[in-house]
Amino acid sequence: MTPVSALRWTRRLPLSGRVGLFFVLFWALAALVGPLLAPYPIGAFVDQNVFSGASGQFLLGTDYLGRDVLSRVLLAARYTIGLGTGAALLACLCGTGLALTAVVSPAWLDELLSRFMDTLISIPSKILALVMVAAFGSSLWLLLLIAGITYIPGNYRIARALAVNLNQLDFVAVARARGEGRFYIAVREILPNMIHPLLTDLGLRFVFIVLLLSALSFLGLGVQPPAADLGSLVRENISGIAEGAPALIVPALAIATLTVGVNLLIDALPRGGRRG
Amino acid sequence: MASPISAGSSGTRKIAIMIAGRIGLAFVTLFLVSLIVFAISDLLPGDAAQEALGQSATPAQVAALRHEMGLDRPAHVRFGGWITGLAGGDAGTSLVANMPVGEIISQRLPNSLLLAAFTALVSVPLALSIGIASAMNRGGRLDRALNIATLSMVALPEFLVATLAVLIFSVHLRWLPSISMVPEDAGWGEMFQSFAMPVGALTVVVVAQMARMTRAAVVDQLDRPYVEMALLKGLSRRAIIVSHVLPNAVGPIVNAMALSMSYLLGGAIIVETIFNYPGLASLMVNAVTSRDMPLLQACAMIFCSVYLLLMLIADVVAILANPRLRTA
Repeated sequence: MTPVSALRWTRRLPLSGRVGLFFVLFWALAALVGPLLAPYPIGAFVDQNVFSGASGQFLLGTDYLGRDVLSRVLLAARYTIGLGTGAALLACLCGTGLALTAVVSPAWLDELLSRFMDTLISIPSKILALVMVAAFGSSLWLLLLIAGITYIPGNYRIARALAVNLNQLDFVAVARARGEGRFYIAVREILPNMIHPLLTDLGLRFVFIVLLLSALSFLGLGVQPPAADLGSLVRENISGIAEGAPALIVPALAIATLTVGVNLLIDALPRGGRRG
Repeated sequence: MASPISAGSSGTRKIAIMIAGRIGLAFVTLFLVSLIVFAISDLLPGDAAQEALGQSATPAQVAALRHEMGLDRPAHVRFGGWITGLAGGDAGTSLVANMPVGEIISQRLPNSLLLAAFTALVSVPLALSIGIASAMNRGGRLDRALNIATLSMVALPEFLVATLAVLIFSVHLRWLPSISMVPEDAGWGEMFQSFAMPVGALTVVVVAQMARMTRAAVVDQLDRPYVEMALLKGLSRRAIIVSHVLPNAVGPIVNAMALSMSYLLGGAIIVETIFNYPGLASLMVNAVTSRDMPLLQACAMIFCSVYLLLMLIADVVAILANPRLRTA
């Protein structure tokens, strides 16, 4: 996409979509280069006072140990967005992969996979994640896996519904008559035709996963110190609530603007994917 | 909505069979769910005996404790013992509190049910009004504004809502306590004070989803030919909505309500923890922190059962509300 067509595409979005796009780009940029711009080292105690308000020296104030909030939020955003993106990709790759397998496989395998996914989907996602955290622990890689696994069934269900419909269309029948193998049919015939709704679903999974991981970190069961995601920042600064400290408000608002932004952007995207 | 019984015995029987089928399926799913919960929490790494005794324990001590806790039996035997115990109301003994799990849960469960009931009481009428108002003005300014508002609320983290509520109502206005206790002999005023914030926070979590689904259910009806017919014979929009659309949309709306009440489960985990509310969800979080597996398994199974029950209600309502099934 050239810059000009990108600009034209942006103009066609409704206002809510442009607001969403702004937040998404803002946080993507913050996660990529933010930590380089951090004014202070991440763990450094730079202020004698704790929970100080915004000032010229500390743009977003300091936290419960007198550390610079801006620096910590920039790094925490990288954890939140990195984990969220990784887990959302994992959920969608596995979910869609399994769905495609199910659709081009014999009926018994499809039935088996679908029943298993139906069972997993009958466990509320936070409960499933809590049970897995209790059993396995919560290192960064485990959290990524746990969040990804939790949202595989949701993506599977959507991808399978799309793939079943496509599988009945003529061009797939033609490919089958040509003698193409199952893998070719799944990846070259079916997958390209469902990529747009799947991208939308990827965005939604990302929102769910960011909310889930922040909630876990907020409960003290997610990202463990010294690493911190935005949910951990809210947790560790919760005692600043009496002062209404920016250390507490800023990370909470950061999560909200990120998830609401993605949601608004997805909602504003043209349906059916006419994007060239 | 006409009573299904008036539809003649063959239709009634057909519906009864379908509903019985759904109930059976729900029990099968519950069994499979229990298998997964057990497998994750019991078969995989981490040995409760080793955990309890610490690194310095001798192998003999660990083996003795393993035997005492029944960990040396094969997995399927333990699963059988656990699931029959659960079905009979005996969920084992909490590793941390050293009390029967059933006893701990029976103290907490009524509190959570009370919270859920209050939340439903507030959120259902609110969601209905938002959803119907939105659908009536479809495409209008109000509809678009409500769409953006509910869309944003769906994506808000529960703890942001709860934290902001504490900040505004406890810290700045000093109207409400930031910790929600349920005193034994509380008057209505105290009850209101301690429930206002948890219920409010949970309502924000649930109401957006509920309103969106209500709107979708009503809008789905608005596209039907009978609405066009009513429009063509000159009825006002309000009359169409009230006397034609709503009776037909009751089924889908109740379905939507049951489905979105399930969001309460996830929300309750955060909200109960923030307000220190002595409910089941905060108990479960404690069980995760202390790796108290019997307690955790029992809590997880209660949440899964409630979730499946809500899904079942949604399913049954959908069957009862489908006129084609009623008269078949």
